[in-house]
Amino acid sequence: MNLNVQLRTGLAVLAVLHLMLLFPGFVAPYDPMEQDRTMSFASPTVVHLRDQNGSWHMRPFIYAVAVNQDGSYTEDTRQKHFFRAFPSGAPYKLFGLFHCTVHLFGVDGGRAILMGTDRYGRDQFSRLIYGGQVSLFAGLLAALLSLFLGAFVGAVSGFYGRWIDDGLMRLAELFLALPWLYLLFAVRAFLPLSVPPASTFFLVVLIIGLVGWVRPARLVRGVVLSAKEQKYVLAARGFGASDLHLLRRHILPHTYSVLLTQATLLVPQFVLAEVTLSFLGLGVAEPIPSWGNMLSSLQQYHVMISYWWMFLPGIALGVLFLNYFTVADALQTKVQSAST
Amino acid sequence: MNSRYRGLLRSLRPWRNLICLALLPAATAAVAQVPQPITRAEDLLVTSNAPGKYGGRIAVALRAEPKSLNPVTSLDQPSREVIGRMMADLLHINAVSQQAESALAKSWRVSKDGLLYTLTLRRGLRFSDGQPMNADDVLFTFQVLLDEKINSPQRDLLTIGGKPISVRRVDDVTVVFELARPYAAAERLFDSMEILPRHLLQDSYRQGDLARAWSLTTPPEQIAGMGPFRLKEYVPGQKLVLERNPYYWKVDRNHQRLPYLDELVFLFVPSEDAQVLRFEAGETDVIQRLSADNYSALEKDAASRSFRLFDLGPSLDYNFLLFNLNSSVPKEAADIARHQDWFRNANFRQAVSAGVDRDAIVRLVYHSRGTALWSSVTPANKLWLDASLPHPARSVERAKQLLRDGGFSWNAAGTLVDKSGTPVEFSILTSASSAQRGQMATLIQDDLRQLGMKVQAVPLEFKSMLDRVFQTHNYDTAIMGLGGGDIDPNSQINVWMSNGGSHLWNLGRSTPATDWEAQIDTLMNQQLSTLDYKRRKQLYNRVQEIAAQQLPFIDLASPNVLVGAKERVGNFQPAILDHYTLWNVEQLYIK
Repeated sequence: MNLNVQLRTGLAVLAVLHLMLLFPGFVAPYDPMEQDRTMSFASPTVVHLRDQNGSWHMRPFIYAVAVNQDGSYTEDTRQKHFFRAFPSGAPYKLFGLFHCTVHLFGVDGGRAILMGTDRYGRDQFSRLIYGGQVSLFAGLLAALLSLFLGAFVGAVSGFYGRWIDDGLMRLAELFLALPWLYLLFAVRAFLPLSVPPASTFFLVVLIIGLVGWVRPARLVRGVVLSAKEQKYVLAARGFGASDLHLLRRHILPHTYSVLLTQATLLVPQFVLAEVTLSFLGLGVAEPIPSWGNMLSSLQQYHVMISYWWMFLPGIALGVLFLNYFTVADALQTKVQSAST
Repeated sequence: MNSRYRGLLRSLRPWRNLICLALLPAATAAVAQVPQPITRAEDLLVTSNAPGKYGGRIAVALRAEPKSLNPVTSLDQPSREVIGRMMADLLHINAVSQQAESALAKSWRVSKDGLLYTLTLRRGLRFSDGQPMNADDVLFTFQVLLDEKINSPQRDLLTIGGKPISVRRVDDVTVVFELARPYAAAERLFDSMEILPRHLLQDSYRQGDLARAWSLTTPPEQIAGMGPFRLKEYVPGQKLVLERNPYYWKVDRNHQRLPYLDELVFLFVPSEDAQVLRFEAGETDVIQRLSADNYSALEKDAASRSFRLFDLGPSLDYNFLLFNLNSSVPKEAADIARHQDWFRNANFRQAVSAGVDRDAIVRLVYHSRGTALWSSVTPANKLWLDASLPHPARSVERAKQLLRDGGFSWNAAGTLVDKSGTPVEFSILTSASSAQRGQMATLIQDDLRQLGMKVQAVPLEFKSMLDRVFQTHNYDTAIMGLGGGDIDPNSQINVWMSNGGSHLWNLGRSTPATDWEAQIDTLMNQQLSTLDYKRRKQLYNRVQEIAAQQLPFIDLASPNVLVGAKERVGNFQPAILDHYTLWNVEQLYIK
């Protein structure tokens, strides 16, 4: 595939995904924590354009769901619920600040469970959107943190060299050798029993970010090492430029492309880290959704073999990763071809 | 060359007889697998089951490796499951009839004042190594169980009215037990008091290391019991194999000596889901303690894979929400001490109980294969359940009224606050290994949110959760489960009595903390020394009524007993008393 096409499609998909996850309250039709205990593990509702009499409709609709005697679900074809754009529904906060009730879509009267429900009858689609926000933001924030740390340590280490370089790089190797999963288990054990969900979230971000700075630091160090021997850097130094000026003006700009490709690699990696932690019960806790704790219900054999829609967060993860790696790949090639 | 060999053979000749002798025990060991012929001298128990046929083996899964095979000191569930098949007791509670019946003791007699129990043993009994068993072994067993230094868990049970039971030998087959004061249903005490072989354990008892005897690495020939099976082989990390006890004391009505099975194999399979997969794959023949989830997962394949599943209805297990009412909480947990002001408020506990949707728990967690509970006595225990206890349906309105009565109110944001204006926030501990209790916590969290409470569910690893509940008391509330090994109220005495070891809501007290706990103590003591069932039932009903009023536990739900077995397992007759599936293992056979 053409490199630019590859890059553009990847970026486009990522943009859509991130926009969806930036406005979860708007995209998700329902409150992700609202339980409907009569609808446990209901399968996704089918969206129709043609009713059972064979007549076509302009607006898509769903049939109401009826619960059978044995607990299974069927469509009640007597009741139609039409889709509708921008209805007013469950209240939410835009950016955590503004109260809103308008959603992207909804149905008149009924409840459209596009991706089924979980054990407690919560809408899996709404949880997927909200959960994606948690997982993705954890990844983004952690990547930002580790890139910042990595750039700082790498620049200092490469620029000043000698014992500072030695010390920092040995420290980096130490971090690389840490069994971080066990470290996380240990940290979680020392925390008080009830940590508010927001604190857990930032703690997870902090830990993932602190553990992940080593690779970017080493790469940045390499770039800085070669850049600081460039003649114009030596010239600037000769004119009496300060260290800070040299770094900011002449050296760090060389590292931006490395940092960018690193970012596209680190984000999915850290999203996966968050998912792993929540999957193991160390991350964001119920009832707040994250892709990890949504997937954790698959640890139960019965859920795994009976309800395929519980795998959807996994598929969402796959889509996200694929596009991040596509972009990373294209960026890498671009950077390499530019430097040769 | 030939002559050299001949010379060697000749030199070996004097040893030939010795070599034969050395081979002899091995040969008899192989023969001993076969059930011993029945002799006149034996006083055998004739079972009523349909006669089966000899041979074959049954494999079952164990959740973990047994810690030891010592019947006196081992407490963990896997050890008990194995030891229960290797040992036998004087009297036994029948899992189906739930009544005490004769076992190693052929009959028992109670004196009029209820203080003397005279037990007559069967004649001609032999341990699984062929050595005879008589009154001396019984005496030795109770000497060990009552020894303070051994500190066996059974010692508490055998201490009645502050004094240990005294045991006297009359003759080879008669033993008299004397109680310090009348004890209701004392014959049930003999259940699970496994008779030890004096000839094997006496030495280690004298040396004071009986508590460490019979580990998993002890050679099988040094372990013997009166149970249907004996140890054959232990493969670390993999399995434990038991083989037929050829001297077992039960016969079927065709005079075939039980058990029918050659071997009973325990495979170590760590998780329930893995056990289900093994059962489905046909690697194990019997499965018990199925969750409702896995029951419905297996149900689809039952016919095609030729196994049967059984839903035996309510069990004796009860799950409950426990409040930390402990008098001593750690100093560093100041917030828990503050939360206890709410928990100690009876209105608060009643409001939580009124706000919890038990029916949803039964439906969503147990797929309707369970029962909602309003008492720690489950419907499985028909003999002792107080049927007159009310079953109030969930009502948010009533819960809110109770909270108002208890001095709580709601702020502008709808959050529940106490008199000082502090928002009501607390956590619920659950065991991470119990998916069901975690699900209950998620449901309760949402129920209580509707009352304006902010509740967090905290799954913890099982051991650290127990540590918080039993040792440090560093928790707000917890969802736990207790099981009934027996239906009799005395089996729950540790829970009810203020000084009991399982008085979970306020542990380590010597005196009752509240009036109602004092009342329960008195009632439990009264029923303990009352011999009349009707009178005992009245007393125990009163205990249940006080508990339903005061709610130290908020009883939630009881799962049904769900088990399964391959169709080829004959005489399979699961019961709701532990061990659900293998209680009659000596009668099981392969069709």
